[in-house]
Amino acid sequence: MRHGKYPFIIGFLVVPLALYLVFVVGAYLQMFQLSFTDWSGFGGYHYIGFDNFGKLWDDPVFWIALRHNVYILIAMPIVTIAIALFFAFLLNVGGKSKGGVTQGVWGSKVYRIIFFFPQLLALAIVAVIFGRVFGSDRSGMLNGLFPDSWSPWLFLADERWALVCIAVVLIWQQIGFYVVLFSAGMGSISQDIYEAAALDGATKVTLFFRITLPLLWDTLQVAWVYLGIAAFDLFALVNIMSVNKGGPNNATQVLSYQIYLNAFQNSQAGYASAIGVVLFFLTLTFAALTLRVTRRDAVA
Amino acid sequence: MSEMTSSSVDRRTLLRRAAAVGLVAAPGVSFLSACAGSDDSGDTKQATGTKSADNPLGIDTKAGVEIVIFDGGLGTKYATDVDTPLFNKKWPDAKITYSATQQVSTTIKPRLNAGSPPDMINNSGSDIMDFGAIVKAGQAADLSDLFAAPSLDITGKTVAETLVPGAVQQGTYDGKPYAVNYSFTVFGLWYNKKLFDKNKWTIPTTWADFTALLDKIKAAGITPFGYAGANASYYMVRAIMTSAAKIGTEQVLKDIDNLKPGAWTNDAVMQAAKAWGEIGNKYIDKSFLGLKHTEVQLQQDQDKVAFYPCGSWLENEQAASTPASFEYAMMAFPSVTTADKLPATAINAAAGEIYFAAAKGKNPQGGKEYLRTMLSKEAALEFTKLTKSLTVVAGAADGVVISPGLTSANDALSKAGQDVFMGYLFDTWYKKLDDASREAANQLMFKGGDAKKFCDTMEAVSQAVAKDSSITKFTRS
Repeated sequence: MRHGKYPFIIGFLVVPLALYLVFVVGAYLQMFQLSFTDWSGFGGYHYIGFDNFGKLWDDPVFWIALRHNVYILIAMPIVTIAIALFFAFLLNVGGKSKGGVTQGVWGSKVYRIIFFFPQLLALAIVAVIFGRVFGSDRSGMLNGLFPDSWSPWLFLADERWALVCIAVVLIWQQIGFYVVLFSAGMGSISQDIYEAAALDGATKVTLFFRITLPLLWDTLQVAWVYLGIAAFDLFALVNIMSVNKGGPNNATQVLSYQIYLNAFQNSQAGYASAIGVVLFFLTLTFAALTLRVTRRDAVA
Repeated sequence: MSEMTSSSVDRRTLLRRAAAVGLVAAPGVSFLSACAGSDDSGDTKQATGTKSADNPLGIDTKAGVEIVIFDGGLGTKYATDVDTPLFNKKWPDAKITYSATQQVSTTIKPRLNAGSPPDMINNSGSDIMDFGAIVKAGQAADLSDLFAAPSLDITGKTVAETLVPGAVQQGTYDGKPYAVNYSFTVFGLWYNKKLFDKNKWTIPTTWADFTALLDKIKAAGITPFGYAGANASYYMVRAIMTSAAKIGTEQVLKDIDNLKPGAWTNDAVMQAAKAWGEIGNKYIDKSFLGLKHTEVQLQQDQDKVAFYPCGSWLENEQAASTPASFEYAMMAFPSVTTADKLPATAINAAAGEIYFAAAKGKNPQGGKEYLRTMLSKEAALEFTKLTKSLTVVAGAADGVVISPGLTSANDALSKAGQDVFMGYLFDTWYKKLDDASREAANQLMFKGGDAKKFCDTMEAVSQAVAKDSSITKFTRS
């Protein structure tokens, strides 16, 4: 069996690997190539060196989009992880201990399933539904709940709050997955440790910060990278929910949507590729930084 | 199997590695190149036949023609039930391969780049392809021979001579026609005739009368004016531009299209923006900024909104939600000043809905012949009956009563007489300028009505586009 291991593994990997090479690696290589061209998206192209990147540097909308991505990158993972950790803790360790075994709050098995529901919906559907929730007139769900004497809140049509609305939807959609992820992580922490700590008189808060959090560090790290990548995306939500193409007044403009607009609407595929290259390096840098900064000596 | 399970990959490591892999699948990037790889394989064999009086375009009478129709507001029945049978009546051996799509760019663009496009393409809808870029890339066939060919059923005239003025010009890029803009759209302010009759509201022609009426409507508890800021602000752009043209003639719009410095800070544009900005300040519902066109149009059908700026497709688009108490009618935009150079009856009517023959298809002449069929009087009349839209075939639907809204638009057209102008093309030529104008119109109408800011913003973007060498420029006269 031992020497049959590699053919066996390769047998499984060859198809996905081939797909990956063609549709991901190949596409990336082509994107790098295109970023140095003036390709419109139709027909032929010329190589123009770094012109696209120079133009990018002078494009105010690019900087607005980048800033929004950074806002989301900072705020969204923190909020999502904090909420997901809180819920996961309640579901696993938050309840009364029974026979010396710590367990989740009452009904935690049901909650666990409910929390996961948003993850099952396609992002496009979530975006359409929340478009109605945040409707800017009385027909919007939230505005419908407000008393008639209030003038309707604009939500997505309000420059100040549009991006927040979109971030809220993203967080709502993501939490379920991380609750499950953290729950699984917490499930693998030995009961003995909790028991010992409880015997020493540790409170729930102490349990959380002294035991759960350190033992969950690896999982958190992974979650952070995943969420960071999600923060660089946002395309589906912005495309469906935003008012007037990433508006109002570019208030919800993000890099991925700029790529889309430039490539498919403005017929500047070369320029869009240049944004793609920037986004690629941003994502890479972010992930490398996250993994390095948060590195700790293995606990397990 | 124990070796497998004891392998050093535990769950956390796996997740972390998966994360690393996820990096390379970073967001929204890889889909870009999905349609690259443009092999210009110009060696596709194209079907041709011998030219004759009966076959002016010289099509191969046995070669198939592939057509793609946009399945949107106009439906597809006109193609399947009218144009194709008409084509086959004349050319029974040429098999028409038909398909319809709502995602024009997604379906057609890869085929254009792969060198195997359909022969005739209806470029329309929200997933429309940038037609200027298509022309630039040599993907659209030169239609000069089509327009010079005799009309299919109007004897003694060429195809071009049977069309309304400006129809050929609108599909002309740098002197050569590349597109048939088939439907003919009349733009104006739409209202419910029955509601207006009931309240004895008369149709204004001056701005003072217009605002006085808006005050009355407001007093009656109806939002006097509205448009959808979320996705249809270009209806408002059209309103502002039409007013500007009425103040200073169509030359104002030509200058704008030609990216002439100072075109947007022109007095006419400034006055139009100022007048509309005041309408925005006083008569619009601010929450419309967050609504889509269907939502505002539905509110109009419910008599919650009085005036809505739109094109003559509106009636057909709203057919399903129009109650019996609602009868669409259209008025020309009122004069802004007493010194307007065009009369109050002047109207913006333009050909739209692009149909083109692919230059690199298997049978471009066949594609053109299909277009010639569409431009016959018979096909045009049936199109109007089916879609309630006029066509560029002049007078094809005269004397036929189709719907109240269309009749009203037709009346406005005849009242305008010679003062029908084509409007502007910058929105299809320069997408960046189009996007900027939509945002600027929203800012003007919903955020304080600052006309100077509107003009200055647009002037800046217009000059930025003019200076950007990567954007293909077009000119008109």
